Amino acid sequence: MSALLELENVEARYGPVQALRGVSLEVAEGEIVAVLGANGAGKTTTLRAVSGTVRRSGTIRLAGKRLRGGPEVAARAGVAHVPEGRGTFAELTVTENLRLGAHTRRGPIAADIARVAEWFPWLVERGGQAAGTLSGGEQQMLALARALMSRPRLLMLDEPSLGLAPLIVREIFGIVRELNDRDGLAVLVVEQDARIALDSAQRAYVLEVGEVKVAGSSTELRDNESVRKSYLGY
Amino acid sequence: MANFFQQVVSGLASGGIYSSLALALVLIHRATGVINFAQGEMATFSTYILWTLTANHGWPYWPAVAFTLAVSFAGGVGVHQLVIRPVERGSVLRVVIVTIGLLLMLNGLTTWIWGGSQHTLHSPFPTRTIDVAGVAISIQDVGTIGVSIGIVIVLWLFFQFTKVGLALRAAATNPTEARLVGVRVPWMLGLGWGLAAVLGAISGALAAPSLASLDPSLMQAILIYAFAAAVLGGIDSPAGAVVGGLLLGVGLNLLGVYVDFIGADLRLPAALAVILVVLLLRPSGLFGRTAVKRV
Repeated sequence: MSALLELENVEARYGPVQALRGVSLEVAEGEIVAVLGANGAGKTTTLRAVSGTVRRSGTIRLAGKRLRGGPEVAARAGVAHVPEGRGTFAELTVTENLRLGAHTRRGPIAADIARVAEWFPWLVERGGQAAGTLSGGEQQMLALARALMSRPRLLMLDEPSLGLAPLIVREIFGIVRELNDRDGLAVLVVEQDARIALDSAQRAYVLEVGEVKVAGSSTELRDNESVRKSYLGY
Repeated sequence: MANFFQQVVSGLASGGIYSSLALALVLIHRATGVINFAQGEMATFSTYILWTLTANHGWPYWPAVAFTLAVSFAGGVGVHQLVIRPVERGSVLRVVIVTIGLLLMLNGLTTWIWGGSQHTLHSPFPTRTIDVAGVAISIQDVGTIGVSIGIVIVLWLFFQFTKVGLALRAAATNPTEARLVGVRVPWMLGLGWGLAAVLGAISGALAAPSLASLDPSLMQAILIYAFAAAVLGGIDSPAGAVVGGLLLGVGLNLLGVYVDFIGADLRLPAALAVILVVLLLRPSGLFGRTAVKRV
């Protein structure tokens, strides 16, 4: 398997606060990779560095090509970043959110809408509803559907479980796993809930104060005692 | 009664002119979050371009209009790129002050290039009247109303059904997320400024023949009316700007004709009173929505 996304010694800061201190990681084609860690460890910043939402230094490559510039550049290169707090357009309708998801693509999108409707049939039924009036779980699903509309090479999910009921979290991760199984979609997911993340991911990185502390397959990490104690709680 | 209907039609025509400029104000308010105080002067400048092409350079009317709208679009984009973008990230007040500076500068520039005297811009519509069920209606008024309605329909189609229109709305309401889906936000905001300048140019091209005079102060009162219209309709609502403009046009016209002490002289204060009352009683206007908030 070749590397789809490579981060080499990536640093990022918010003003005087250094959030990433030389993070290196990889996501292979067709792989789900989780980034775990405590609050403030730099998980969200790692995704922001990839999409260019935060100023960063170091090297980031997507399919061998260096990513430079802001989020619109990353989006055009095939990175779909679903930020923390869903990032839907609250004032726009569900259908308009989906249309925006396909903004970087040319040509008709009816087939893509039909495809995401297979996962989320209610998106079509409630297409005219303002996204801001959806429930938290529905907004997360809409954000996921919108990301799929761009036919991404890499899907980045930031805390998809945040504020959602366990049943809905399981549903969302189930869909992500199926997308990965069926279509070979590569996913980089940041998650507070390490258990569900490790159940879905093939590999994971544990961040601590802006550095990669532990890396390995999900099985290895589950067996790693310090990881188990700190993040899995048993 | 016939006179009443005549006054309503002529009020709708004025209202159409206010609506076009009010739409420009709304567009910029949505994109940049400020009232563009220079919108009126930008429109006056465009109207002078149309006038000089037709009166001094012998251009036929419609090609001159097309050229003027193209120049206005480029001018609007240029103003955004060169003047607004450098201060956009700062406080709203900075942008407001820059647009006021722009107002003064453009007014001076117009007077410097074309002088301060009055000119006449011809209307594309005949000035005859037609008789509809005993009411004499000016064709120019009908044409003005028609153009205003046409603008609204075209804008609505653009924002609802085109990819660029949708991207512009996304960039205006939520720039951070818009960038994440690949929208080039600064381009979209520039496009918004260009479109606003085009709307202003149309408003000016309709206003000058209807007032039967073109001078550097052409759009100054109309900007106040347009502002009142936008506030009345809800400053972020395009539909509100149009309804507000038409209501204001008809309302002020009827007040001016039927209420003796207002006459023609007190229309502008009446518009200012509308702004004041709306801002005091219902700041979101008729069509303004309270923003949908995420929980």
